[in-house]
Amino acid sequence: MHKMQEKQRYLMKKRHFKDKYQGYLYISPWLIGFLILTLYPFVVSFMYSFTDYDMFRMDFVGLKNYIDIFTTDNLFLLSLSKTILYTVVSVPLKISMAMLVAVLLNKLARGRAVYYIIFYLPSVLGSSVALAILWKYIFKKDGLLNLLLEAVGITGSNWLGDPKLVLYVMMLLPLWQMGAPMVIFLAALKNVPADLVEAARIDGAGKIKIFFRITFPIISPIVFFNMLMQTIEIIQIFTPAYLITKGGPMKETYLYSLYLYDTAFRDSKIGYASALSWILFTIIIGFTLVFFKLSNKWVFYGDEQ
Amino acid sequence: MRKKINKLLLYVIITILAVIIGYPVMWLFFASFKGNAEIFTSASLLPEQFTLDGYLNGWKSIAAVPFSVFLINSCKMVFPTVILTVMSASVVAYGFSRFEFKGKKLLFTMMISTMMLPNTVIMIPRYILFNDFGWLNSYVPFYVMAAMATNPFFTYLLIQFFRGIPRELDEAAYIDGAGKWRIFIQIILPLSKASLVSAALFQTVWTWNDFFNPLLYINRVTDYPVSLGLRLAIDADSVVNWNSIVAMSCVSLMPIIVLFLLMQKYFVQGIATTGLKS
Repeated sequence: MHKMQEKQRYLMKKRHFKDKYQGYLYISPWLIGFLILTLYPFVVSFMYSFTDYDMFRMDFVGLKNYIDIFTTDNLFLLSLSKTILYTVVSVPLKISMAMLVAVLLNKLARGRAVYYIIFYLPSVLGSSVALAILWKYIFKKDGLLNLLLEAVGITGSNWLGDPKLVLYVMMLLPLWQMGAPMVIFLAALKNVPADLVEAARIDGAGKIKIFFRITFPIISPIVFFNMLMQTIEIIQIFTPAYLITKGGPMKETYLYSLYLYDTAFRDSKIGYASALSWILFTIIIGFTLVFFKLSNKWVFYGDEQ
Repeated sequence: MRKKINKLLLYVIITILAVIIGYPVMWLFFASFKGNAEIFTSASLLPEQFTLDGYLNGWKSIAAVPFSVFLINSCKMVFPTVILTVMSASVVAYGFSRFEFKGKKLLFTMMISTMMLPNTVIMIPRYILFNDFGWLNSYVPFYVMAAMATNPFFTYLLIQFFRGIPRELDEAAYIDGAGKWRIFIQIILPLSKASLVSAALFQTVWTWNDFFNPLLYINRVTDYPVSLGLRLAIDADSVVNWNSIVAMSCVSLMPIIVLFLLMQKYFVQGIATTGLKS
């Protein structure tokens, strides 16, 4: 009897030992992929950024790329400032819109499902080419928007052709696609304890006060997470500007990602483009750090976290 | 009384928003049945004269290659990618959620942080790597990235789900002599159908819509997926055959919209779990 128990324990131990290494086996696809397809490119791109490389010949040039970028490159400043403006305006817009729609939807007693589908769909369609086409056809000079405006007697603008307007018109696209953060906010709103809201209401707190004092603090970690992910996504946005305006008119929508793409894949200046990408990476890291720093002020982590 | 007015107001506001947000896609759909001359001359949503010309012309010739070629290419690109993604993500997620090993925490953190790693820093060397391997102008880059669980979103989604499955189930099977692999196949996977479907759907939609990666990796027109094929159509600025472009846009969106309408639940679940528990 005793011996059997011992044997069983021994077997368990042996299996446990096997488990220890099995873990690596299971994660190995990711681990190998990570090393070859993520970590290696990450390191190598940093090295490329100190070279002059056109996919055939590679010369080490030290800091030349970075110096050129900061001293002589007008397109760098232009595309960076457009991109930052684009990101700084459209991320808060998109997040507020998503939150507003989520709060409204959360109040609906009936018909939620239909609205849900309508609000979520544009985000599911993502950065597809068809949406770029749609956007172009809405905002071009004789496009849908101007047709509709004409029908009510207003003369529309040349939305995509006017250098002053075009970047703002392009900001409407992420705003229109606020579905994914909206879904996340809706799920978060369901976690707000109803009795807490009810208690505040009985104490005489108004709706706006309840939102800012109770609801918002509770969902603030999720707002934070969404802001961060959206910033990283939108600062790198490529497809709409590439397809709809091709960076124009007058380079008004020549976003950083377009400049990066042109430098690397049209002009084959791999080293220079790598330096550009590392500058963007540094900016994103900077953004992230500032985000985390500022988050102490407004993100509320409940005691369960 | 005031409550009723508030409620009405809520519905009015939300309906106005829904009309604004829903209108463009509705317009695209109905415009695909309009004649070419009508599309940008009439503001009405419904076609005055219903015609299938857009579909017939668009199908035959956008850029000299029949549109069906692009659709078939997209399928060739999407299906293996989706299957490989689900397989690799679930195996890796199982490793992270059910095993203890040295450096697990660090590896997990590294995986999650690649979610925030901007694609722009790695895309150039990745492109050169795929070029050196001779994988350009094929869908192999997509398959390999999928097989290696390169996008941590899916792995993370499944880890969250696997963690919710009670460990007692594993342990019961373990005591009965089932190995870890059998536990994975016979217990974990069957219980995770919903999140596996979520992962598959997201990858389907993302790969189908993807424009940037095919733009980098695929240069031969006959290998173009739908996204690149459509782009050929708008690139020629002189084009005036709007209705065939609109019609083909609808064709390209249709599979996604149908999937979304049928499987809406899974889209919501997938997004909500990854967004919430972080």
